[in-house]
Amino acid sequence: MTLWNPMHPQVLELNGAALLAHDADAGRTDHGARRAAPALVPPAAPHGLALQLRGIGKTYGARDVLGGINLDIAPGEFVAVVGRSGCGKSTLLRLLAQLEQPSTGEVVVDLGLAGGTRTLAQVRSDIRLMFQDARLLPWKTVLDNVALGLAGPDARDRAREALAAVGLADRADDWPAVLSGGQRQRVALARALVHAPRLLLLDEPLGALDALTRIEMHRLIESLWQRHGFTALLVTHDVAEAVAVADRVLLIEDGGVALDRHIALPRPRVQGAPAFARHEAAILNRVLQRPAAGGKPATA
Amino acid sequence: MSLSESTSPTRAALRRGIPWLVPLAILLLWELASLRGWLSTRVLPEPLAVARAFWQLAASGELWTHVAVSSRRAAIGFAVGGGLGLVLGLATGSFRLAETLLDSTLQMLRNIPALALIPLVILWFGIDETAKLFLVALGVFFPVYLNTFHGIRAVDKGLIEMAKSYGLSGWQLYRHVILPGALPSILVGVRFSLGLMWVLLIVAETISAQAGIGYLTMNAREFLQTDVVLVGILLYAALGKLADVAAKALERQWLRWHPSYAA
Repeated sequence: MTLWNPMHPQVLELNGAALLAHDADAGRTDHGARRAAPALVPPAAPHGLALQLRGIGKTYGARDVLGGINLDIAPGEFVAVVGRSGCGKSTLLRLLAQLEQPSTGEVVVDLGLAGGTRTLAQVRSDIRLMFQDARLLPWKTVLDNVALGLAGPDARDRAREALAAVGLADRADDWPAVLSGGQRQRVALARALVHAPRLLLLDEPLGALDALTRIEMHRLIESLWQRHGFTALLVTHDVAEAVAVADRVLLIEDGGVALDRHIALPRPRVQGAPAFARHEAAILNRVLQRPAAGGKPATA
Repeated sequence: MSLSESTSPTRAALRRGIPWLVPLAILLLWELASLRGWLSTRVLPEPLAVARAFWQLAASGELWTHVAVSSRRAAIGFAVGGGLGLVLGLATGSFRLAETLLDSTLQMLRNIPALALIPLVILWFGIDETAKLFLVALGVFFPVYLNTFHGIRAVDKGLIEMAKSYGLSGWQLYRHVILPGALPSILVGVRFSLGLMWVLLIVAETISAQAGIGYLTMNAREFLQTDVVLVGILLYAALGKLADVAAKALERQWLRWHPSYAA
């Protein structure tokens, strides 16, 4: 389980060197590279859902939270949504999770050539949401929490596998109350992944974690995403986090998409590397509506 | 180091013994006062006489008959009142219609002290078994009802939302999320009710009974057997403590996931 161990900075340095070497051809996405590693993708792995948001709007009373968002998300894409508090980014996620219904517009789920299109409601069981707080049932053991909503005789075995995938196999019989915040979110991640979702929605799941645990979680989420090939949508207020994991960063402002930036850095990414910092600074400047710093951010 | 290790068990035993010093002193003083004649046996019999009375009643089997009769009344009354409170609390907590229909009525009735109904209860049921069971059931109903209702309502909405988004609904949602979430509150109601149960039974048995601990004490009072009266009082205390210990054991078993109840 050294994969997401932040206590080995030399690994990060190595990756930093690799990242610099690849910096020249940063223009292409690394989708191809990810798909070209068949050993990581199980044969029956579900492919990510493709989403087309058509004029999605949400109104609470007289207040427009989202005003007609149009957005295409490719299958297997990792999209991060950033924005100031109350900009409507969480509302967008709750609409996709069908915890709320949009006031206007619709979401079309495209299953590709063979499958045709579906509504969100029709693919409900393919969509899973990770909440800001882990929302584990305190009266169920870690294992039973992961097995929540699973049916079939092998439910507990599958839950055990999912727990092992997040590195918590040995905590299966513990109560959630004795886990740390990071461990709880890893259990919540296992609970989402055990359903083999084709769209994973993440609602600031790392917001309450400390910096080291966050880096661990970035690595973990990234590796699981690479292995399972689901489409991921991460809502976060942390621009560095968005740049660390996403193919594409969206900025939501005044109820609309104000920025749509592709991040074509090779993975795993290293915070503080020049290319990384350029992306981070550019997005941050846009969020704060500052003039661009000319590619020389203070963190580089 | 070795010295402190050798004395620490002794010290721990001493510390555990200290809280018993005052009750022991009172008991000795009481015995002394009785022996010296400062205390009339009509007011308080000497402690040894109480112990003797207990022994005689226990040996003759009379004591156990009365304890059994009282415990049976308590259990039936609690089962009926608590069961009804649980069912109605679950209904009003879970279904908006049941709440609108029933809750304000029950909240109004809650303000009537159960003991204030005694004259009516005697008119309705006379002075036999039913009257006692009714009083106990009525008294334990409200704590269980209120805490069940409140417990269901206070279940974390975030957990319900999570469970729904993970495909749980209907009975599954109830069994895995709502009921266990309400359980701590329900058990608070049960513990409270168990305390009330004995209070109400004491009053009911004191009014009139042909058997039971209340009968035992009231009968003894007529013959000025203060030692037997005290045996009855101590029996009530012991049974009340027993019920509380049982409720605590239930909490430890059912709420072992809860940090506050972990053993």
